[in-house]
Amino acid sequence: MNNKELQITATKVRKGIVEAVHSAKSGHPGGSLSAADMFTFLYFEEMNIDPKNPKDPNRDRFVLSKGHTAPGLYSTLANRGFFPVEDLKTLRKLGSYLQGHPCMTETPGVDMSTGSLGQGVSAAVGMALAAKLNGDSYRVYALTGDGEIQEGQIWEAFMFAGAKGIDNLTVVIDNNGLQIDGKIDDVCSPYPIDKKLEAFNFNTICIDGHDFDQIRDAFAKAKECKGKPTAIIMKTTKGKGVSYMENQAGWHGKAPSDEEYEQAMKELDEQLAKYEAEV
Amino acid sequence: MGDIVKIATRESYGNALAELGKVNPNVVVLDADLAGATKTSTFKKAFPDRHIDCGIAEANMTGIAAGLSTCGKIPFVSSFAMFAAGRNFEQVRNSIGYPHLNVKIGATHAGITVGEDGASHQCLEDIALMRTIPGMTVIVPSDDIEAKAAVFAAAETEGPFYMRFGRAAVPVINDNPDYKFEVGKAVVLKDGTDMVIFACGVCVAEALGAAEKLAADGINAAVVNIHTIKPIDKDTVLEFAKKTNRVFTVEEHSVIGGMGSAVCDVLAEEYPVKVTKIGVYDRFGKSGPAGALMKEFQLDAEGIYNQIKAKI
Ligand SMILES: Cc1ncc(C[n+]2csc(CCOP(=O)(O)OP(=O)(O)O)c2C)c(N)n1
Ligand SMILES: [Mg+2]
Repeated sequence: MNNKELQITATKVRKGIVEAVHSAKSGHPGGSLSAADMFTFLYFEEMNIDPKNPKDPNRDRFVLSKGHTAPGLYSTLANRGFFPVEDLKTLRKLGSYLQGHPCMTETPGVDMSTGSLGQGVSAAVGMALAAKLNGDSYRVYALTGDGEIQEGQIWEAFMFAGAKGIDNLTVVIDNNGLQIDGKIDDVCSPYPIDKKLEAFNFNTICIDGHDFDQIRDAFAKAKECKGKPTAIIMKTTKGKGVSYMENQAGWHGKAPSDEEYEQAMKELDEQLAKYEAEV
Repeated sequence: MGDIVKIATRESYGNALAELGKVNPNVVVLDADLAGATKTSTFKKAFPDRHIDCGIAEANMTGIAAGLSTCGKIPFVSSFAMFAAGRNFEQVRNSIGYPHLNVKIGATHAGITVGEDGASHQCLEDIALMRTIPGMTVIVPSDDIEAKAAVFAAAETEGPFYMRFGRAAVPVINDNPDYKFEVGKAVVLKDGTDMVIFACGVCVAEALGAAEKLAADGINAAVVNIHTIKPIDKDTVLEFAKKTNRVFTVEEHSVIGGMGSAVCDVLAEEYPVKVTKIGVYDRFGKSGPAGALMKEFQLDAEGIYNQIKAKI
């Protein structure tokens, strides 16, 4: 996909996020929207996956360590063809296969069950290690929040991956600057993230997480790098794409009202029309 | 049920902390990026300097609380039950339980009434985990009044406490002049002769509802609120087991290791009698509205009634 097509797809992914969270009347739009461009690039460009064969042993793996942003992952999987986009509306409802947090035994395309922050990177390290042990060539990707990296286990996983040179692993850190209680640097600053990761023997790349050229370039560099895992620290806007959600901690885990939903969909439709006109 | 007041016990926790802060300057509240959800934000508003946001780092928060308590502070450690008891089990066991430190754990969002967040956040194992730790007092309040009383009792009593609060609003059932909260003392809500239902937490109000339905069938069930799981009120458990010779336990927790198991521990040794443990049967929760889940898991009044009827 070229950048225009990626932008169009990412906007559809954003619409799916808003649709799902509105229908569920709960859920986490902020961090789903900040990572929507990353989700889109991973599933439409970067990863070797097949929606018709979601359990293919040779597929690339993705672990959503910040599991609360499941709406972002679900919308991406749906738009990629793993399941019907229509089903996004069942999010969080009784009996739905779209649980509040990712569940690998329920949802096609979900590679790891997550939701308790700080645990996903360890699982991703395990998957990458298995590839090494088995001589397989698949790659493993993990996405963490910038608040999430306050968890100690994250750094245990980073230390292991760096020490063992797990170079088939790429960890993306969504640096949207916000967690639930406010700004990450007010609550308990994890900065400087890049210097810490370099000290943990990571190949560290800092990018704008809404710029597809920079995203593309970062993954190319990650693949070239041998002997070290890669960390992509992406600066993003929490709530990206919905004006009133942008950079607002209050939109971390709240569903839009009917009125707010209409406005969000109108804004996203306008963005979609603009991108489509530019093609 | 129109005029019944409903309050979530996490609200009660936050409100009690804010009141406690006024009378006890040593009380400090620790939070892990969930001040709004655990309602410690109420305390934070009143005492910003005594509210410590540790970030998303529950294990570290637990250790910090242990250290604070060795220097005379009374820390209330707050997070969801899944993390406060689950993720932190070993820190609680070794850094708080083993040295018997004066740390109070306020665990909110316990059980399936977490609702839409789903299984990853619905802790059904915390009572089991916490009651195995020597010296740990474990309290599961049933309503607003009991939750507030538990917080004050915890602050006044030396030693580690685990208090389990809920996300969903529950009816206030203890709003009467005779009500008195005492750690380790069960509350008899309804006397009865045919069977006794021991309940805790959100299931107490539901058990009362079930007893009403049983009464309509001519079955006279006693309902006893076991708010303190540890140390359990052996005398009251034995008294009602002997009086009725048929015991049911009801809890929003796994039937493995919870309040029902604590009751069985007493009865197996001192008065073997038939016990049916009603709770979550060795399975995980799932996403859905809290009320719908209580129905689906047969823990609402109707479900409890049906489960009891099926056993007698
Ligand atoms: C272990 C654990 N503690 C607490 C939570 C509750 N929680 C859910 S999201 C969140 C904040 C996450 O912030 P961040 O990692 O920055 O995510 P993002 O901004 O990308 O949404 C918290 C504390 C959790 N899910 N897991
Ligand atoms: Mg963040």
